[in-house]
Amino acid sequence: MTKHKRTIRLFDPALVGTAAKQSFIKLNPRLMIRNPVMFTVEIATAVMLAVCIWQMVTGNMSQGELWYNITIFVILFITVLFANFAEGIAEARGKAQAESLRRTREDTPAKKVSGSSITIVSSSQLRKNDLFICEASDLIPMDGEIVEGIATIDESAITGESAPVIREAGGDKSSVTGGTKVLSDRIKVRVTTEPGESFLDKMIALVEGASRQKTPNEIALTILLAAFTLIFIIVCVTLKPFADYANTPITIAAFVSLFVCLIPTTIGGLLSAIGIAGMDRALRANVIAKSGKAVETAGDVDVLLLDKTGTITIGNRKATNFYPANGVDKTTFIEACALSSIADQTPEGKSIIELANVNVKNFDTNNARFIEFTAETRSSGVDLAGGRRIRKGAFDSIKNIVVKAGNSFPDETALQVNTISSNGGTPLVVCENEKVLGVIELQDIIKPGIQERFERLRKMGVKTVMVTGDNPLTAKYIAEKAGVDDFIAEAKPEDKMNYIRKEQQAGKLVAMMGDGTNDAPALAQADVGVSMNSGTQAAKEAGNMVDLDNDPTKLIEVVEIGKQLLITRGTLTTFSIANDVAKYFAIVPALFIASIPALQSLNIMRLDSPESAILSAIIFNALIIPILIPLALKGVQYRPIGASALLRRNLLVYGLGGIIAPFIGIKLIDMLLGLFM
Amino acid sequence: MNGEILGTVLIFLFTLLLAYPLGKYIARVFKGERTFTNFMNPVERFFFRVCGINPNESMNWKQFLKAMLTINMLWLVYAMLLLIFQHKLPMNPDGNPGQTPDLAFNTAISFLVNCNLQHYSGESGLTYFTQLFVITFLQFVSAATGIALLVALFNGIKEKTTQNLGNFWNYFVKSITRILLPLSIIVAVILAFNGTPTSYAGKDTITTLQGDTVQVSRGPAAGMIAIKQLGTNGGGWFGVNSAHPLENPNYITNAVETISILLIPIALVFALGFYVNRKKLAKVIFAVMTILFVIFCAINIYYETKGNPAIDKLGIAQTTGSMEGKEVRLGAAATALWSVATTSTSNGSVNGMHDSLTPMSGGVVILDMMINALYGGVGVGLLNYFIFIIIAVFMSGLMVGRTPEFMGHKVEAREVKIAALITLLSAFLIKGFTALAAYMVAHHPEIGWAVKPGAWLNNPSYHGFSEMLYEYTSSNANNGSGFEGLGDNNIFWNVTTGIVLLIGRFLPIIAPIAIIGLLANKKFIPESPGTLRTDSYTFGVMTLAVIIIVTALSYLPALALGPLAEYFSLY
Repeated sequence: MTKHKRTIRLFDPALVGTAAKQSFIKLNPRLMIRNPVMFTVEIATAVMLAVCIWQMVTGNMSQGELWYNITIFVILFITVLFANFAEGIAEARGKAQAESLRRTREDTPAKKVSGSSITIVSSSQLRKNDLFICEASDLIPMDGEIVEGIATIDESAITGESAPVIREAGGDKSSVTGGTKVLSDRIKVRVTTEPGESFLDKMIALVEGASRQKTPNEIALTILLAAFTLIFIIVCVTLKPFADYANTPITIAAFVSLFVCLIPTTIGGLLSAIGIAGMDRALRANVIAKSGKAVETAGDVDVLLLDKTGTITIGNRKATNFYPANGVDKTTFIEACALSSIADQTPEGKSIIELANVNVKNFDTNNARFIEFTAETRSSGVDLAGGRRIRKGAFDSIKNIVVKAGNSFPDETALQVNTISSNGGTPLVVCENEKVLGVIELQDIIKPGIQERFERLRKMGVKTVMVTGDNPLTAKYIAEKAGVDDFIAEAKPEDKMNYIRKEQQAGKLVAMMGDGTNDAPALAQADVGVSMNSGTQAAKEAGNMVDLDNDPTKLIEVVEIGKQLLITRGTLTTFSIANDVAKYFAIVPALFIASIPALQSLNIMRLDSPESAILSAIIFNALIIPILIPLALKGVQYRPIGASALLRRNLLVYGLGGIIAPFIGIKLIDMLLGLFM
Repeated sequence: MNGEILGTVLIFLFTLLLAYPLGKYIARVFKGERTFTNFMNPVERFFFRVCGINPNESMNWKQFLKAMLTINMLWLVYAMLLLIFQHKLPMNPDGNPGQTPDLAFNTAISFLVNCNLQHYSGESGLTYFTQLFVITFLQFVSAATGIALLVALFNGIKEKTTQNLGNFWNYFVKSITRILLPLSIIVAVILAFNGTPTSYAGKDTITTLQGDTVQVSRGPAAGMIAIKQLGTNGGGWFGVNSAHPLENPNYITNAVETISILLIPIALVFALGFYVNRKKLAKVIFAVMTILFVIFCAINIYYETKGNPAIDKLGIAQTTGSMEGKEVRLGAAATALWSVATTSTSNGSVNGMHDSLTPMSGGVVILDMMINALYGGVGVGLLNYFIFIIIAVFMSGLMVGRTPEFMGHKVEAREVKIAALITLLSAFLIKGFTALAAYMVAHHPEIGWAVKPGAWLNNPSYHGFSEMLYEYTSSNANNGSGFEGLGDNNIFWNVTTGIVLLIGRFLPIIAPIAIIGLLANKKFIPESPGTLRTDSYTFGVMTLAVIIIVTALSYLPALALGPLAEYFSLY
């Protein structure tokens, strides 16, 4: 199996072009007002422009030299553009990502069923509830649900997974996605969405910003940033009378510069980019989120409900051991096991042959009669021409056969059966001619690496719950071995629902993954419900994310993406606000140095002149935005090292770093400016 | 270490020694457990019966605040009327006049809000009747109001999910009967035995050694001084407050009064730990507050004991430190400690003139009031600190990748909005009104008011700016001390500081109760390994950082133009 991840370079030239164009389009105040911090910068820029024009018209030099004011205006203008560019590039990347998915569903011919006839129409003419037919090597024109037939389908266009999958009417794997290709057979499909309303279309709209709604944490953060902006408005407005009192004239340019430097422009400029990038990262992981809130909520999840099969264990049970009964030769026993499984097409049967490591073609099976497994006999086997009657099956069914024939069931084999059961395995007893030969042990195979992932989740504070149809004993054993925290054994769909409700009542956020229609209520109830793309339409509607890969372990990735989103916001806010300390030390002495020479002592960076100090500060302020764009888009990495340790780390890097970095940056810019001024 | 500095260390350590058991006791009182003050039960029951109060009735946050605000409103009207008409009331042996309406407005508000901004001198501005039934009365009830509100906060933190923040009247009455009254009696007795007057007679006439006769004001002062310190009110019986030899006769009374200033605010931090059963939380909060407090003390003691460089330049030895505006019987170090203690706790009583502090110490006490949460006023200090916690919780929650939560409750947009507004409010009141005053001085010094703005400031330049900044910072923090070079008994200052006092008191105490009310109403989320623990030292550092950054960002330019400019010019 190969997996080709679609990757887009961080600054793809085409995307940069679109983003650059967007930076200007977004200057429209009606768009800017969505971002209060940058909106105030835009106003400040307009004020500087007015000052420059006024100066050019009147020739009045009371507001400082013209070139200086123009320089300030240009830098402020660039600051706004940088912020718009950050949003633009995030949007462009998200859109490119989504487009590459959407491209798979360009207009394709569809075989529409109308009454009894089939007409070829364009896929764009298909409406909800229309029926169409797909045959081998057809592209599926629209998302839909199979109503008739079974087919193998190549979904690599969507998932990047090259192995074909089977989809069939009824059951939990009845959904097909537009753009995927039918490899064999013929299916009749009912269209489930109107054109332009598929999940992918919704996701693209979210990324484009048309319907992007701020998430609760984003709203709270915007409020906090607005409060900081207001504090700095107060600082700047009150500075005027303070300066009058101190007999210090302060130019408009200086006021505007101080203000723009202080307000959290860094995070203000990057905030929406961070949000879009979060959704984009989800999309990159082949998860379609129906809202930004869903991604954010994923980061908060406390409980994760995971199906055992496919998530924790590899699909099916496998034979792991042969235990011959006393006095039975091991080779004979293994041979009997293999013989009984030749016709057994179940994965368990195949695994027995695999473990026996024999070439079945060497067996003489002429005239052999194979006995299929039935729910009634609960055993299967073979009657060979030579008169050998080999049976394998559950302990009690074989015991029945043996005891009925008047033979005794060996005690040591019964003991072995018990041991296997209590170790979470499934014993299969094999007998020949009504005499017990031994036991085969079948075990669930836990996916390699899954323990580490659960350990990681535990460190994140996420509790994992395994859902399985197994009996409690087996479930407990596997749960312990895989390292999940809890399990629901002999689970019925309503058990999942009840478990979710119980956890939610205790204040926990629950995430689950599901595919079947009977999962739909639980998916809707869960705070984060991820449905598999192969799942039924009902399941897909109920959840708030769709996983295109149908990968049950995807939830773990989704949780990390959610956390990363919040962390990126938090750390960049901290960084942005911490920056202000250095900016104060650059600008405040510069403002008052003329009338209060003693304040030179506050100029701890020893900046060249008041003018260069102010310029350096606002240049730094502008440059830091594009410098941080890659971080905003990639996200600050989440480390499961415990909340306190993570806080210490981020506080050190982004808090302390945020205080120190601008001291260095501003000093360097000042030294550079010194060469020209 | 010289004896004076050692004295300050011992005073602080002794305060901690007393505060810990007191905190435990306070927690028991409000939990309703048996304490040795149970003999007050009948008294409390009597009050409740007379007022028709059911002390066990539960209140949600809105009801709690409504009860608090109604009774406060009543006191405001009562106090103003008494002050205006005090000359017509008994117990006025010195024949002092009634207060003007604007001064009465300022005074009534000042004491109602647990402040002591005094634009009058106690000797001539009040009668014994108003000293007792307005000033002392308000000193008790305003302190009790703060404690009652804090217990509501405790309840919100303690319970998993609740509407019930307890009963305001119950906590209010018990704060007085079981905490403030017993402690005040002890302190008053110590003061009285050391020479503080407790007499209802009028001015005394004494003949000095030089043969002059001097009129000495007196009165039933000891009890009032006890509660002014314990309740972080700070209003002096006499105009010069605890620098007055009768308010604070000797080093012992000075030590007792310093301890009284800090005692209940620190004890309440410990009480938090005992009451909500999270001792670690209390420890972390205590540690954060103490770190800043000790740093501030160290700076002030250093600069005050070192003396003034301008005097050094004259070649005059300053072995006792900078003694301008200080009392010889107390010494520079003791005044330095007091200056930090009184500004940390929004007390506002002084034992030396803050106006005469060296520039750095002056800056520190202003900064201390800007933060206003290092122990803080009784009850309200922790409420202020809680706002910083909410902001710290929000920021750090994001930084660890989880929707922020405090004590199992999610902190969301509404709570952040309230906390952000309160942070904003202080900056707005302090800087806005200082700017207004600075504007008047700079642009309209000769405007035709009774006291012209040009005549407000006794000191020009940076120090004059510091005086105005100090006045509004002190008002906003409900502290009440002043850089007394400012001519503040006139309509401009009486009214504007009155407004700042009112807003600066009530909004910042309503907000935390509203936040905790909203939080406590939310679903409780049990702790998981992913939860950021708010009772960890890491979170303490985060809170400390928030306090420093928010304060620095809001006030650095103002501090630069006042104390810092003065400091750099002098040193």
